[in-house]
Amino acid sequence: MAGSGTAHLRDREDIVLSVEDLVVEFPLGGGRKVHAVSSVSFDLAEGETLGLVGESGCGKSTTGRAVMQVPRPTGGSVRLRGADLTGLSGEALRRTRTQLQMIFQDPISSLNPRRKVRDIIGEGLSIWRPDADAAESRKRVDELLDAVGLDPETSGDRRAHQFSGGQCQRICIARSLVLDPDVLICDEPVSALDVSVQAQILNLLEDMKARYGLTMLFIAHDLAVVKNISDRVAVMYLGKICEVGTADAVYARPAHPYTNALLASVPRPDPEARAPSAPLEGDVPSPIDPPSGCRFRTRCPKAQERCAAEEPLVREIGPDHFIACHFPVDAPEAPASLDERSTAASSS
Amino acid sequence: MTPIAAAGSASRPGGPEGGGPLLEVRDLHTLFDTPRGIVRAVDGVSIAVDRGRTLGIVGESGSGKTVLSRSVMNLLPKRAALPADGEILFEERDLRALTNKQMREYWGPQLAMVFQDPMTSLNPVVKIGRQITEALREHLDLGRKEAQVQAVDLLRSVGIPAPERRLAEYPHQLSGGMRQRVTIAIALSCSPKLLLADEPTTALDVTVQAQILDLLARQQQERHMSMVLVTHDLGVVANRTDEIAVMYAGQIVEKAPTRTLFRSMRHPYTEALMRSIPRIENPSHTRLDAIPGRPPDLAKLPVGCRFAPRCANAQPRCLEENPPLFTDDEPRHEFRCFFPVGTPAGDEARQRNARAGRTAAGIDMSTLTKASA
Amino acid sequence: MPAPEPAPNRPGRLVGADSEQATSSATSAAELQAGQFGNAAATTEPSPEPAQRRRRRKAGVLFYSCLAWLVLVVVVAITAPWLPIPGPDAIDIPNRQAPPFTAGHLLGTDGLGRDIASRLAYGARVSLIISIAAVVTGIVVGGTLGMVVGYFRGRIETVVMAAVDVILAFPALVLLLALVAFVGQSLTAITAVIAFVSIPFYARVARATTLAVSQREYVLAAGLLGARTRRILFREIMPNVILPVAAFGLIALGVVIVLEGSLAFLGLSVQAPAATWGSMIAEGRRYLDSDAHIALIPSVVMFLTVLSLNFVGDVLRSRFDVREANL
Repeated sequence: MAGSGTAHLRDREDIVLSVEDLVVEFPLGGGRKVHAVSSVSFDLAEGETLGLVGESGCGKSTTGRAVMQVPRPTGGSVRLRGADLTGLSGEALRRTRTQLQMIFQDPISSLNPRRKVRDIIGEGLSIWRPDADAAESRKRVDELLDAVGLDPETSGDRRAHQFSGGQCQRICIARSLVLDPDVLICDEPVSALDVSVQAQILNLLEDMKARYGLTMLFIAHDLAVVKNISDRVAVMYLGKICEVGTADAVYARPAHPYTNALLASVPRPDPEARAPSAPLEGDVPSPIDPPSGCRFRTRCPKAQERCAAEEPLVREIGPDHFIACHFPVDAPEAPASLDERSTAASSS
Repeated sequence: MTPIAAAGSASRPGGPEGGGPLLEVRDLHTLFDTPRGIVRAVDGVSIAVDRGRTLGIVGESGSGKTVLSRSVMNLLPKRAALPADGEILFEERDLRALTNKQMREYWGPQLAMVFQDPMTSLNPVVKIGRQITEALREHLDLGRKEAQVQAVDLLRSVGIPAPERRLAEYPHQLSGGMRQRVTIAIALSCSPKLLLADEPTTALDVTVQAQILDLLARQQQERHMSMVLVTHDLGVVANRTDEIAVMYAGQIVEKAPTRTLFRSMRHPYTEALMRSIPRIENPSHTRLDAIPGRPPDLAKLPVGCRFAPRCANAQPRCLEENPPLFTDDEPRHEFRCFFPVGTPAGDEARQRNARAGRTAAGIDMSTLTKASA
Repeated sequence: MPAPEPAPNRPGRLVGADSEQATSSATSAAELQAGQFGNAAATTEPSPEPAQRRRRRKAGVLFYSCLAWLVLVVVVAITAPWLPIPGPDAIDIPNRQAPPFTAGHLLGTDGLGRDIASRLAYGARVSLIISIAAVVTGIVVGGTLGMVVGYFRGRIETVVMAAVDVILAFPALVLLLALVAFVGQSLTAITAVIAFVSIPFYARVARATTLAVSQREYVLAAGLLGARTRRILFREIMPNVILPVAAFGLIALGVVIVLEGSLAFLGLSVQAPAATWGSMIAEGRRYLDSDAHIALIPSVVMFLTVLSLNFVGDVLRSRFDVREANL
């Protein structure tokens, strides 16, 4: 598939998770299918946080789940320290996957209402170390409860419905850390929370990352939240990557027209700032029948004929700053594609 | 938008006599009788909305902002809500004294509301065209043809492409943003004098949010309408309101003209809320000043100031006495605090707490905002 | 929620309905708010204000009288052999068709001079054994079946649910009659037959609940922690499925008692002379003109028992639902 390319994948020793050409499609019957994720690639270096940002329906959550192999991706590879998860099955996958853990958007639905907090957090231990000393497991659970800011004495024996949303999210974080994972995938972990609680959880995630040496994939729709927590950012639109780079580069010099539009839409809590005006017309097209070429072209202010004919590949436009666009903002136009050049060369 | 909105209020054609505010809520108390006790969802709130102006109401979940807007619309369930105390004056007439039938005549031409979730405010089994034309025919006495024409105009004015075709469609055939445009079109159909928008963009994507907020602002200008914009997002109200009321635990804790509020916020809650928002301008990994703890239980409110248990300025007095609304040098700036931010009393209180290492409520100062150091 | 704007504008016939809708949606919003407050209040003990106490008492009187009646029935059934009553088959010819409060016969005697109180007590044993055994079997078999197919989905679900639909399509009583004719009229056979007929109901409830529970993120989270399928089924799903199914079973107890009564009325339950409530009603039918109490007393007992079961089941279910909704 004329992919979004892999130019932005880094060839480094310390890559923990590398996702290449990930494709997720859901069959609808009658030969039609939802193209949820189409050839998405990214990588995570040790101790790094990658923010995956985009609007609803862009495939960012599906990407996160496909990395965890739920559901299994239709194509592509997911390498965790070199081991391809897509090739594993059964017991091997079960074992390897514990290195990846996930936090979800709805903290309340993420906790079994019939189980006590201590059992929920200790679940990983009782699965993998059923013969371990009970006191030791309990110590580990209490340590985690304490780390996420809950009092083990008063909260350990309660059930989820006795906690607020923010506290439930803390419990979810503790559960995800019990097996000492390498990578934490956070799927909209703060969007269901109030502003003041959101800040508590974001700070907690930063603390946990430092304390337990985590690498994070942080999926969210809120651009400010993503910038706050991420080292690098990948912007997604309709199942494809538009722009990847360091958070500061992408936010300071957005080159993809879509990133530009997103950033221009963000309301700022400052009455002196220009009111964000709607830079984009219309809605996201259906992922069942996505546009040809560049998927953003139907709403793109800079779209030209080439955008319909040829899908842009990810290319570097600055130090650790990549985009998939033929006609970027404030950056050189994409060179003609290889096919065109080769046909031009052969004809001359 | 501010200057235009102001001009609108001055030159409103055919507006009823009287220069008073269009909507005035005086000391409103809305209580709910729940199995857990009396919940004081709105507890002594006074607001006023002038003609052609926009009031933003900001608060977190459970602050009472939604109950307040529903109280104004008279939309609260009779069996759960206890009889409300206070006055809701619309053009100097108390809405609470109206019968249900009279209130229905107000809904539409006088007051209209836009809700957070457009799918629940549209009837899923009725075509969009009928949902709009019914309002028009009932209130404006239009014939079928005229109503149809007007409905197309309305849909076009709210930015719906191919409006003639949309009339024959059902709500589920539209995207979330389009549905919200339809609910706005219905709300605007009888040219209400006041539009209450309760989290109108919370369920929408950021690019669509900008479209909808633009649309609301444009319509407000064209129609010289007053608007109450209820939201949890300070970013949404910052550029689009004339005045802002910040709610916490059922009360207004600070109210000021928008620019004044952002320039010199006085209540520690407003300040803390502002500081807890991640800013897009700040570099990555900027530590956020989270507010510790959580809002009080509205069925079991603390004796003193409701924010005191989470406040960096809290003094012993704050735990004993609930502060009334004070005014500052600017008469329209009100706040409910004994030790306001940016005043000598407030600075001194915070420094005292900083020296003691903890607030009067016992919160460790190191977990609180690092401001005013 | 329906916009209030269109509400006033609909033709008169619709206005009422619409404002009703608006009210109910506003209620849900208020409840939502209240729910949030509820969460916030979790750590503090809510002060019992008037509303709370009033509500508890209101639910109380009826609930506790129903519960008391059920306890009475159970205790009498268990202790029947030791109670100071004649044996259920002891015939007291001189006192045939005695009215209630006759000396030695508190509730009178039937057409053969057998003590009604005693037959009720022993009949309760039959009713209770059959209904409890049938319900427990139904819950275990039907619940497991529903949970398993609801979790795995796929072809097994199609097959099992098709079978369930086929059984449900038969009129229950006709199916019962056919099966009883086939397997006989022993206590075990009747119980097994009633259990079999009720399995589809439990399977449906369990499957529907499982489908919803499986979508919850905690099930996914357990899988990501490495939990095997069996562990997920037993630790994450079953505890959440068992309560709705059990609440359904409580109400089904009443249905089973009526079902057994119907079989007995048709003479197809446990063989005479063993007493069951249904057979007592059937036998009393003959004396309706002269001594109505012979049919009436067992009818009232059955009525009160089924009513109590339904009411207690309903209260328990709603209490359980509220907790679920608060989550």
